[in-house]
Amino acid sequence: MWRWLIPLSVVPVLGLLAYGFRVNPHDIPSPLVGRPAAPFVLRTFDGTDVSLASLRGRVVVLNFWASWCYPACYEEAPALERSWRAYRDREVSVVGVAIQDQPDAARKFIADFSLSFPNAPDPDGKVSVEYGVYGVPETFFIDRAGRIRLKQTGAVSDDLFRGEVEKLLGEPA
Amino acid sequence: MRRVAAQLRCVVCQNLSVLDSPSEMAAQMRAIIRERLAAGEAPEQVVQYFVDKYGEWILLAPREHGFNLLVWAAPVVSVLVGLAVVAVLLRRWTRPRARPATPVDPALRERIRRELDSLP
Repeated sequence: MWRWLIPLSVVPVLGLLAYGFRVNPHDIPSPLVGRPAAPFVLRTFDGTDVSLASLRGRVVVLNFWASWCYPACYEEAPALERSWRAYRDREVSVVGVAIQDQPDAARKFIADFSLSFPNAPDPDGKVSVEYGVYGVPETFFIDRAGRIRLKQTGAVSDDLFRGEVEKLLGEPA
Repeated sequence: MRRVAAQLRCVVCQNLSVLDSPSEMAAQMRAIIRERLAAGEAPEQVVQYFVDKYGEWILLAPREHGFNLLVWAAPVVSVLVGLAVVAVLLRRWTRPRARPATPVDPALRERIRRELDSLP
């Protein structure tokens, strides 16, 4: 029996390694999915206020980005703008939050991509922490009842936006 | 503030606490901790606030319950098992080996007896 003990002790170690190598360490599940989205009031780069409360009843896509976040934020910015234009008249709002960014660099990013949805800085990081943001880009899809339904880590594509927003629009308010 | 910040992972760093990180995000998190403590929250409540937002991932040391206990118990159990193996091996190596008595050739025995007898 002793003879088999040492070879057998390798089995749990291999099992642990097999599990560990298949899990993406950057994919951290958010405890916020399914919970009510934290309220926020942000002053946009244009000087107007945008709050979650004022968007109640609409599907809200809350996108955290930064101008230094290359290439993911640069890939998704055109997709977000296209999607926003396609859905703005269908009770869908897109709100961008620039985090850890210089105001001038963030403004240039908005201008470069002609972003027309409201974008605001998060100067004290409070909204980022409220949403458990640990990197950019991260995007939260909030249903009409104000619950976070999906957290997307990494760039949002046209297909992902359409799929999730169509699903949430199909639900009763 | 330092006690709370030392328990929390700086979310944009690799293996640095909110206390030790020079990043802007960590500075903002320290400000939030300070503000919440000043508002009368207990340090445990402030830690829980961050756990609610980020999950237990935000804690540098996993909590001692459920599956997490394995993380705390595994090193102790491994050391104990290792010590037990060493003890067993040491005992085996240091034990004097009882050699089976080799049968003595009867002719040799007879010769020894004769020679002893012949001694003056």
